Amino acid sequence: MKRPNLVSTENKYWGEPIVIGNKQLVTIKGTREGLTLYMDDTCSFQELLHELDHVLSTNSVDKDEPMITVTIQLGNRYLHKEQEEQLREVIRSKNKLVVDSIESNVISKNEALEWKEETDIKTITRIIRSGQVVEVKGDLLLIGDVNPGGKIAASGNIFVLGSLRGVAHAGVNGNREAVIAASYMSPSQLRIADFISRSPDYESEGIYMECGLVDEEKSKIVIDRLQVLSQKRPDLNGFERRILNG
Amino acid sequence: MGEAIVITSGKGGVGKTTTTANLGTALALLDKKVCLVDTDIGLRNLDVIMGLENRIIYDIVDVVNERCGLKQALIKDKRFDCLYLLPAAQTSDKSEVSPEGIEKIVNELKQDYDYILIDCPAGIEQGYKNAVAGASKAIVVTTPEKSSVRDADRIIGLLEKEDIEPPHLVVNRIRNHMVKNGDMLDVDEIVQVLSIDLLGIVADDDEVIKASNHGEPVAFQPNTRASIAYRNIARRILGETVPLLSLENEKGMFSKVKKFFGMRS
Repeated sequence: MKRPNLVSTENKYWGEPIVIGNKQLVTIKGTREGLTLYMDDTCSFQELLHELDHVLSTNSVDKDEPMITVTIQLGNRYLHKEQEEQLREVIRSKNKLVVDSIESNVISKNEALEWKEETDIKTITRIIRSGQVVEVKGDLLLIGDVNPGGKIAASGNIFVLGSLRGVAHAGVNGNREAVIAASYMSPSQLRIADFISRSPDYESEGIYMECGLVDEEKSKIVIDRLQVLSQKRPDLNGFERRILNG
Repeated sequence: MGEAIVITSGKGGVGKTTTTANLGTALALLDKKVCLVDTDIGLRNLDVIMGLENRIIYDIVDVVNERCGLKQALIKDKRFDCLYLLPAAQTSDKSEVSPEGIEKIVNELKQDYDYILIDCPAGIEQGYKNAVAGASKAIVVTTPEKSSVRDADRIIGLLEKEDIEPPHLVVNRIRNHMVKNGDMLDVDEIVQVLSIDLLGIVADDDEVIKASNHGEPVAFQPNTRASIAYRNIARRILGETVPLLSLENEKGMFSKVKKFFGMRS
């Protein structure tokens, strides 16, 4: 396979513009998964598109070669939706190239705030009584009870420091990894993402220090001791979780 | 300046009106000036339990619509000089009075009375809003049944949004033998779920129904279980510390009462 302009970036971290003769705006690196295009982040977007078009045009491929996935590293450049589409368009117009992902070091403030909200733990100190509903983005730490007829919902995990007797819905946006933990577990319903489980029809006592999580094998919600979380959901550990979610 | 206490429950038939009548009587027995206000417009009962039905000329709707003065509508109790009743209208609807109207009446009553007990209708609609408008304190009545506790919980949640002190709880109509068998919620369980202060417990007692039907609140009787319970609650409202009748004590008292009747018969 012929890959012109292939520059070895070994021993160089990519953020540094790699200069060969003139300053090069697009750097291509081949990996086992496909191509990674490193884009200069100081030039104008138009220049970049032009350069990209030029660089890729010189790249001729044989017809029988498989599709090559392309990862784009933007560096410290922020792209609007339209710009992103333009970029994809340029690459798509070349044979055999498929854009896998576009990665940037920067995100907009709104996105950042949303991300923060999604990963934050909201603490609420009150009793959720019958007929009351509390919904939060991110994780919910409730210090207080959820009484029968009350409902709590969170896009992330739910932790109840108190008695959970009502309905709890974790991962409302579809996150099946979300868990529900409570000091005293006696819920009328547990919901995680699109799974629902209800309490048994016979009278049953609640259990202390339990958690509910989705068992993918059985594809239902199981209730287990809190201790199993460390094995089944290791991502819950604070810092690692932030990074993973990012 | 008096205190206005709303007596509410959410669910119907748990004994709001009976509690209002009996606490009013018990407070009057303790020499307080009390006015009972029935806000269950369209389904008035308080006057019947107090035995004052035949004295009603004007009612609360007349007062709100200024067809009469407040003092004209008040009915003096037949047993106490310090106990009054402002009856509800039987022919109108709850929507005929506004929370503001009731609030104005209650504020006026506060000038003359030590305690204004507001009997709230069942439900959480207009009638409830009317009843709560003028109150600064609330008593939530519940029975040891799941549905009733659930509704009490809902009402407590609504009361938290109002500008009043945290409500107090009265658990009404406890049947001791059923609690012992585990067929009825016990008081601790109810208090744990509702997590508000317990003001008192009242045992289920045939005397209550008997007395209500005679138009004479049971609290007026000297020695039945329910009347003692109501009078204890009244003393707690006044700020006295009266120990709760624990279940053990109650058993003791129950047998004492039985003995008392046994001796008489």
